[in-house]
Amino acid sequence: MSGPLYLAWRYLAHHRAKTAILVTAITLIAFLPIGLNQLVSESGRQLAARAQSTPLLVGERGSRLDLVLASLYFASDPPAAMRYAEAERVDASELATAIPLHVRFRARGHSVVGTTLEYLEFRGLRVAAGRPMAVLGECLVGAAAARDLELSPGDTVTTSPETVFDLAGTYRLRMRVAGVLAPSHTPDDEAIFVDVKTAWVIEGLGHGHQDVASPGASSAVLKREDDRVTANASLVEYNEITPENLASFHFHGDLAEHPVSAVLAVPRDEKSRVLLLGRYTAPDEAVQIVEPAAVMDDLLATVFTVRRYVLAAIALVSAATLVVAGLVFLLSVRLRRREIETLHKLGAARSHVALMLAAEVVAVIAVAGALAGVLTWLSGSFGGAAIRAFLLS
Amino acid sequence: MSDTAKTDPVIQIDGLRFRYGEGEFELAVPELEVARGEHVAVVGPSGSGKTTLLHLIAGIETPQEGRVETAGTAVSELDDAARRSFRIQRVGLVFQEFELIDHLSVLDNVLLPYRIHPALRLDEATRARAEEIAAGIGIGDRLGRRATRLSQGERQRVAVCRALVAQPELLLADEPTGNLDPGNKDRVVDLLLESAEARGATLVVVTHDHDLLPRFARTVDFTAFQSAPSALTA
Repeated sequence: MSGPLYLAWRYLAHHRAKTAILVTAITLIAFLPIGLNQLVSESGRQLAARAQSTPLLVGERGSRLDLVLASLYFASDPPAAMRYAEAERVDASELATAIPLHVRFRARGHSVVGTTLEYLEFRGLRVAAGRPMAVLGECLVGAAAARDLELSPGDTVTTSPETVFDLAGTYRLRMRVAGVLAPSHTPDDEAIFVDVKTAWVIEGLGHGHQDVASPGASSAVLKREDDRVTANASLVEYNEITPENLASFHFHGDLAEHPVSAVLAVPRDEKSRVLLLGRYTAPDEAVQIVEPAAVMDDLLATVFTVRRYVLAAIALVSAATLVVAGLVFLLSVRLRRREIETLHKLGAARSHVALMLAAEVVAVIAVAGALAGVLTWLSGSFGGAAIRAFLLS
Repeated sequence: MSDTAKTDPVIQIDGLRFRYGEGEFELAVPELEVARGEHVAVVGPSGSGKTTLLHLIAGIETPQEGRVETAGTAVSELDDAARRSFRIQRVGLVFQEFELIDHLSVLDNVLLPYRIHPALRLDEATRARAEEIAAGIGIGDRLGRRATRLSQGERQRVAVCRALVAQPELLLADEPTGNLDPGNKDRVVDLLLESAEARGATLVVVTHDHDLLPRFARTVDFTAFQSAPSALTA
């Protein structure tokens, strides 16, 4: 290492704290505007792409954004449920194909999405191992969820209780993994898909239990009246749907009244889309229909506006930080006047001393630049997912 | 002036006049010669120009008038770059406050001349010489320490070691015993005299301490000096 560079290195190494502070400050100045821009642009691109591939959503009246986020990203805080009859209404209109979405439950941190096989076809999801869910109690696991939970066809996964202390809450259902999806690099990778009826079982709207008419179940019978049998609390309810007990599972009430979070409506053509939109414009309409792309555009417009203000603030802070960093260098040179004088007196050329001081500045900027580059790469690689997780949390 | 000086002067000054900027102080040295291998003490009151004289001999300053020839080179006629190059190769300087670089180790301070001028090439032989000189003056086990962790006596030794490492033919020391206790004063003067003697170098020491004068072959007295040295005594 040449003399000036060696002396610069020794100075920076000796004043570690000062060097670290300068490197940190300059790293942040360099990274923040680029990183923020990159984060917002990438997350905006991802959010917009998902929304643009989803034509229409029907859901309970309320926040349009919540409806879109819950239906597209299976957010953990779903909107109010609506009746399954709305899915039948869309189908009955013959203007669109209705794909119900039930987003409420989770299994070990991953959303359990109740839907139909049409959803897989609509999203272009491919089964990588096993097969799609075919019977009640089966699930199809997204690629990332399968990797995270180490699941493969034949394994089981149990739903998580909504609240630990809710004794009257839903039963946990052990589901059998029928298949694993190929990676799609979308939120579908993180989800666990079940038939919408399985979701209703988890919700307690459908259940299976031992046959109270059988002789072995007499201890579970509270009373018998004509053809009506009332069971007591000792009746065994199944928390796993198996070939042996599948026949005992049944739903009470009208399926049309069962809940869904949203209905994904896929219009047959542009005219059908417009007609369908028109059918939900009545003021007394109980549900709403939204175009996810428009909702996401509104969200991103707000995000981009905030970004402009944040970038302006960062620019001001950066300018102030650069001035302070410059001042630190200047003061450092003044404080080192005696050291510099000694070097001159010993015979150092002015250019050598200047090179030493410049090397210190360049080294700090170079290290800061490299760190900013690493941070930018990291934010480019993982930032989009992080922002999406933040938006959906 | 000694006969030796007349025959083989290492320092030769003729009609020197020097003034700092527009200041009132003026150093005037009509004539001064120091012979090769001679050990000279320079004494005089504060502000009389002793340090300035060393700076003129080393080429740190240049006179407005007159000629300064050091080790056969007319340093007063060299340009700035040439004077720096001459100084770092031919002159060893020991400063009053030692002037060590605090964030460098003892070894890095000793080798500093080799880090700051391309004319001096730092190689293994130089390192070995630096370690040998350091060991010879009792700081061989301090080479890895920071300069700030040394005692005053040790710092002075490092400064002497730095002055000697490039094997200069002229050693200039500016009040090297100024901050030292009597015991350390003797040790430093011994060190300078022995080091100069061992290498056949010429030694010029500026000092306020008249007790040290008998140790030197000659004294240059700047007493009552304003325009010229009052006396040159053999």
